[in-house]
Amino acid sequence: MNKVKQKDLILYSGLIILGLAAPYLFSAFKVQLTYLCVLIVLAMTWNLQGGEMGYNTFGNILFYGLGMYLTASVQVGMFFPLAEWTESGGEKTFVHTTAQYFQGIGVGLLVSAIIPAIVAGAIGYAILGLRGHYFAICTLGLGIAAGEIAGGIEIIGAGQGFTTPPFPAEIVDTEARGKFFYFLSFALLIGTFVFVKYIYGSRFKLILNAIRDNEDKAEAMGIQTMKYKITGWMCSAFFCGLAGGIMGGLIGYIDSTDVAFDGREMGVFMVLMAILGGKGTLWGPVIGATLFHFFKEGLWTLILGWQYVALGVLIVVIVIYFPEGLMGWLREKYPERFGEVIDEKDRKAQVELK
Amino acid sequence: MDFLIFKAPMLMVQASLDGILLGILFALIAYGMALQWGVMNIINIAQGDLVILGGYIAYTMYLAGIHPAWGVIVSPIIMYFVGVLLYKLVINKVVDRDLFISILATFGIAIVFQQLMNFIFGADVVVAQSEYGTTMLFDNSVTLPNSKIFSAFISVLYAIALVIYMKKSKLGRAIRATAQNARAAKILGVDTEKVYAATFGINAALCGIAGALISITLTLHPYVGLPYTVRSFMIVIVAGLGNLPAVALSGMGLGLFEEFADYILGTEFRIGAVFMLLVFILVYRRFKLSKKREYLK
Repeated sequence: MNKVKQKDLILYSGLIILGLAAPYLFSAFKVQLTYLCVLIVLAMTWNLQGGEMGYNTFGNILFYGLGMYLTASVQVGMFFPLAEWTESGGEKTFVHTTAQYFQGIGVGLLVSAIIPAIVAGAIGYAILGLRGHYFAICTLGLGIAAGEIAGGIEIIGAGQGFTTPPFPAEIVDTEARGKFFYFLSFALLIGTFVFVKYIYGSRFKLILNAIRDNEDKAEAMGIQTMKYKITGWMCSAFFCGLAGGIMGGLIGYIDSTDVAFDGREMGVFMVLMAILGGKGTLWGPVIGATLFHFFKEGLWTLILGWQYVALGVLIVVIVIYFPEGLMGWLREKYPERFGEVIDEKDRKAQVELK
Repeated sequence: MDFLIFKAPMLMVQASLDGILLGILFALIAYGMALQWGVMNIINIAQGDLVILGGYIAYTMYLAGIHPAWGVIVSPIIMYFVGVLLYKLVINKVVDRDLFISILATFGIAIVFQQLMNFIFGADVVVAQSEYGTTMLFDNSVTLPNSKIFSAFISVLYAIALVIYMKKSKLGRAIRATAQNARAAKILGVDTEKVYAATFGINAALCGIAGALISITLTLHPYVGLPYTVRSFMIVIVAGLGNLPAVALSGMGLGLFEEFADYILGTEFRIGAVFMLLVFILVYRRFKLSKKREYLK
């Protein structure tokens, strides 16, 4: 047992060192690395929801977009009138000083973590009472409605978008912006991973699994399923909001349907990544997101214009042929590695039954 | 109340007529969705994109100099084969599996369709001119495009034809039998694989008709498919599977809701209102059922 833990320790410290060194080693790819961190966070939180709890949501994009708008609004609104800022399209009439910028983004991220979690808690009772595909469609509607409504609200820029505060000009180091956002997202990634890992060792995960496998029976066993479902969703919302806040600052421009409530891209990506890696596993979403990101960045430029066609075909192929994902496939192939003991007699008996 | 619509009662008549005529069109799409949901137990997110594709077929005819109204005959024929092809390629692998898999797989198809339509027809908003003129009612205070009346008429015609076909024909009987119990139908010699393909084809053909009508009454754009999917989903869950009068009624109700939302909230919130209505309907049904300790199945 001790040996395994030592192995884990080496693995984790290796990954952290790699993560810390990455912006220096691959200095040109800092933005892509930041994206990767955020994608992994989104995939892991989706997995908590769709993989562990069995509530396949398309609506986590709601919290992501909410976080994005909240961070930017707080960052601007703390120091300047928000309406004038969006009206001027982020012109240079208002300039954040260095201290103001970091103060703003700090408070903004805090707000963008807490408010989506509260929103998830508030709507959770109503929405999580739906099951299966009704839940999926309802959350899909929720995400798109949020985008459409945000596109009609004047104070956050309506259809013309919202420019987030530019990185302070007083910092001369041209690398600083990239590094700042990379380390921010890396910290978020570590935080999310530690949290999800903690959940994987807890009773909470078992309860979520019980809900996934048979909610009626779980309820009959005396588990207050609604309470746990809402808690699970709030956890997802918390990290999704933070991820959105960081992305808003990185992209520098928020559009209601193309950047924030981007159901066509991010909303689908997070589902796809989790399924690609294998839902219901700790490492599956991480591997899935990494593979997907490399595939995306590698192929996107080669097949310019056809990327969405490729994305659609990819979704169909993954969903139909690999619904268990990479980890599920590995698990079937090498069950011993996953700590599963297989009774050969039992297996043979099952094969005969088929 | 400060809204224009409450000051001018004629606007209400206008909105009501528009809504009902539009709703009949939505009901036609919803009928297709109810058909395939009931028979194959899949939810087709690409439904709206099939509609738009059907519309673009009519638009292409319009560009070629043929009157777009002929699209209501040509478009369903082409779309039937598109539907069967789609079934053979993808859908037959998701029938009888978890509904979420069908949702995701058809979501993928929807993305492919959107993008291909964007390549072929461009990203502009287009409309095929039917040049049917308008009808003026009540001293010219209510204007009603004849194309809308035409589209509602054609929708009703096709819906009646389909109901008769489903009742009388051999294939219709086979489809109904498969919907009731696929296994029993198989035992009794129904080729369910063929029935599924035909059902999906008929659904696509209905989408084709609706699309051709939309091309002359409303506008076409490669990315507006999803609202049509959501509308038809909404109508189906309100009306239930296989209840045609209820589908027609709730379609009209949705049309009315949309027109009034358009006037009261403003056009920019129209699509948002449709999606919020979906959420409200689902949540309402959930609370209603939870009183009996049941849930939507």
